[in-house]
Amino acid sequence: MDASAQTMNTNRESTVVTNAPHIKMKGEKVNVFYGEKQALFDVDLEVPEHQVTALIGPSGCGKSTFLRCLNRMNDIIDICQVKGNITLDKTDIYDSSVDVVELRARVGMVFQKPNPFPKSIFENVAYGPKIHGLARNKTELEEIVVESLQKAGLFEEVKDRLEEPGTGLSGGQQQRLCIARAIAVSPEVILMDEPCSALDPIATAKVEELIDELRQNFTIVIVTHSMQQAARVSQRTAFFHLGMLVEEGVTDEIFTNPTDKRTQDYITGRFG
Amino acid sequence: MTTGLLLSVIIVLMVAAFLYSRTRAVQLVAGNVKKLHSRPTYHGSFGALLIGFPLVVVMLFWMIAEPIYLNNIVHGQMPDTVNALTDSERGLIESQVRSIANGLTLLDAPERRQVSEGLVDTRALLAEKGVPLGSDVQRYMVAAADTYLERQGLSRTLRVGVLVLVALLAGFYLVRNLTPELRARNLVELAVRIALITASSIAILTTIGIVLSMLSETIRFFNMVPLSNFFLGTVWDPRFANVGSGTEVGQYGLIPLLWGTVLISLIALMVAVPIGLFAAIYMAEYASNRVRNTAKPLLEILAGIPTIVYGFFALVTVGPFFRDFGATLGLDVSARSALTAGVVMGIMIIPFISSLSDDIITSVPRAMREGSLGLGATKSETIRRVVLPAALPGIVGAILLAASRAIGETMIVVLAAGVAPNLTANPLEAVTTVTVKIVSQLTGDTEFTSPQTLVAFALGLTLFTMTLILNIYALYIVRKYREQYD
Repeated sequence: MDASAQTMNTNRESTVVTNAPHIKMKGEKVNVFYGEKQALFDVDLEVPEHQVTALIGPSGCGKSTFLRCLNRMNDIIDICQVKGNITLDKTDIYDSSVDVVELRARVGMVFQKPNPFPKSIFENVAYGPKIHGLARNKTELEEIVVESLQKAGLFEEVKDRLEEPGTGLSGGQQQRLCIARAIAVSPEVILMDEPCSALDPIATAKVEELIDELRQNFTIVIVTHSMQQAARVSQRTAFFHLGMLVEEGVTDEIFTNPTDKRTQDYITGRFG
Repeated sequence: MTTGLLLSVIIVLMVAAFLYSRTRAVQLVAGNVKKLHSRPTYHGSFGALLIGFPLVVVMLFWMIAEPIYLNNIVHGQMPDTVNALTDSERGLIESQVRSIANGLTLLDAPERRQVSEGLVDTRALLAEKGVPLGSDVQRYMVAAADTYLERQGLSRTLRVGVLVLVALLAGFYLVRNLTPELRARNLVELAVRIALITASSIAILTTIGIVLSMLSETIRFFNMVPLSNFFLGTVWDPRFANVGSGTEVGQYGLIPLLWGTVLISLIALMVAVPIGLFAAIYMAEYASNRVRNTAKPLLEILAGIPTIVYGFFALVTVGPFFRDFGATLGLDVSARSALTAGVVMGIMIIPFISSLSDDIITSVPRAMREGSLGLGATKSETIRRVVLPAALPGIVGAILLAASRAIGETMIVVLAAGVAPNLTANPLEAVTTVTVKIVSQLTGDTEFTSPQTLVAFALGLTLFTMTLILNIYALYIVRKYREQYD
């Protein structure tokens, strides 16, 4: 629990419900099908605001699939079908009235493999603000870019070479560039799909530190294979297995005192 | 023995050597294959190669050397009267001798005797046997043909002898060296590598050969016509009528022809680039797999239509349509125009652009698209701002390849734009291109010594240089593109 949440607890002791933080996103009875094959079964999960929620589980358990449902990236895949209810601030994001472009601007995404565009570092970060018209002139755009790079902890390293291609950076720098690119749009939620799996331990440490800082301003959902990483960066953890959500709760609880045997086996390294 | 029969024997020998070596290798280790350095099949292949390769080399040597030798023999048999003739006339007579020699083998013994004693009309007799000759047969020709046949027989016998000797040597070597330790795998791999290198060298050497042959003719042309006349002249008028009559060499201005080529190619690209590119974007980004799998081959059928068919499509349909349409607008469009040729040629090269661009767009990593879509970009924004810039160098490569195809196109131009060289910027007038003029300079009854025909080689070399530069530039761009996101 972070400090602000604890203050909230002490202030509002009288009510039981409000001591929990605001629920930013919520999935109810989410079922996902790839053609005939069902990838997710009745997943119910809440994502509290300004916290890091980690999704863990063995490969193919559906954690990435669930993550990609949260900003409708699965729409790109023709054969993918999502059933159930996913809300962002209590609005159903799969409702026909929802503009998927706006949704993705509010729920940004960082991918497993760093995927900077083959453009300059500046253009990479400026991309989102440009397409959404967030800057009225060049000065504002530069401000957004610099601020995003600073928030991503990359500015000091690249400030002298903003015009060089983003693909020329090291893997860890590229991933932080992708994070800067995502936060330049000022999303409310950032989804991260194994953001450190292609990085070395030092770059991983930097990104993890960054995730912890970003929590102040954004709500973060992270898919990870590393249980240490989940333990280090997240406040809440959800364990997926064979397309089902087995268990979810406060990270410390899950790791010290799991209720389900499958969770216990997984986190102690007995399978997966 | 004939060459075909010998080759069959060589193949049989190779199969035998393969089977022998494979079996022998297994026997040598008493069935314990693990003791062999290489697997038995490699020993077999080694045996087959060891026998086959030297034999094929001998065959090739004979195929190349025998005609040279026999030509020399015929050449030496010619009387002085023939030797006094020009090169080309003597060449005709010598090839007649070879034809007679081939004809003689078809005759039976009595006929043969009559021929050598000069008792019959040899030309008529051979024509009866299906060997037409260009002129009447002289006695010295028959004599030369007889010598030719005699030496040929000798050469063939010698060939069999050498082949048998080589086969025996190779067989002996094989039996001696076929041990379990033999590094047969490495040797076979080496042979494979050599075969592949040979194949690629042939392709490259052919290109070099083509260039060199064009180059020598071009140099002969420029010995007769100054460079400035060709490269800077604005009038194309090679004066066929004046061939060989005095000092007038005609005017060989390249510029009107080159301009025709450039104009028509530009019109073609203006048609093909937008249509081809949009088709590619649709197929790569929007179409479902089913539509793509149907539409792409259908589009590629366009590439398989012979250009002459496009030519009469232009002549019969597109040309009159433009003329009538122009008339309603009050424009004077000639039935044959650069516009017609350009549009039809554009249709022809659509599949080059669409198919290549489609592959290139598809090869842009999905991560790029997801990155952009994940930031809330729409599909068309993603395509315009991320996918196309990433694919652009490859697309430019595709366009340049299509352009060099357009530059080399002939049939469509002849039928749709005419054959009159015309230095005009008006696409509604008739123009012609470099390739069309190459054809018209080389067809017909002309000798290859006048500048009127040699100019075709100069034109060809110019065109070749142009398309070569375009292709190299295209390759350079495509290679640069590969480094973009890896």
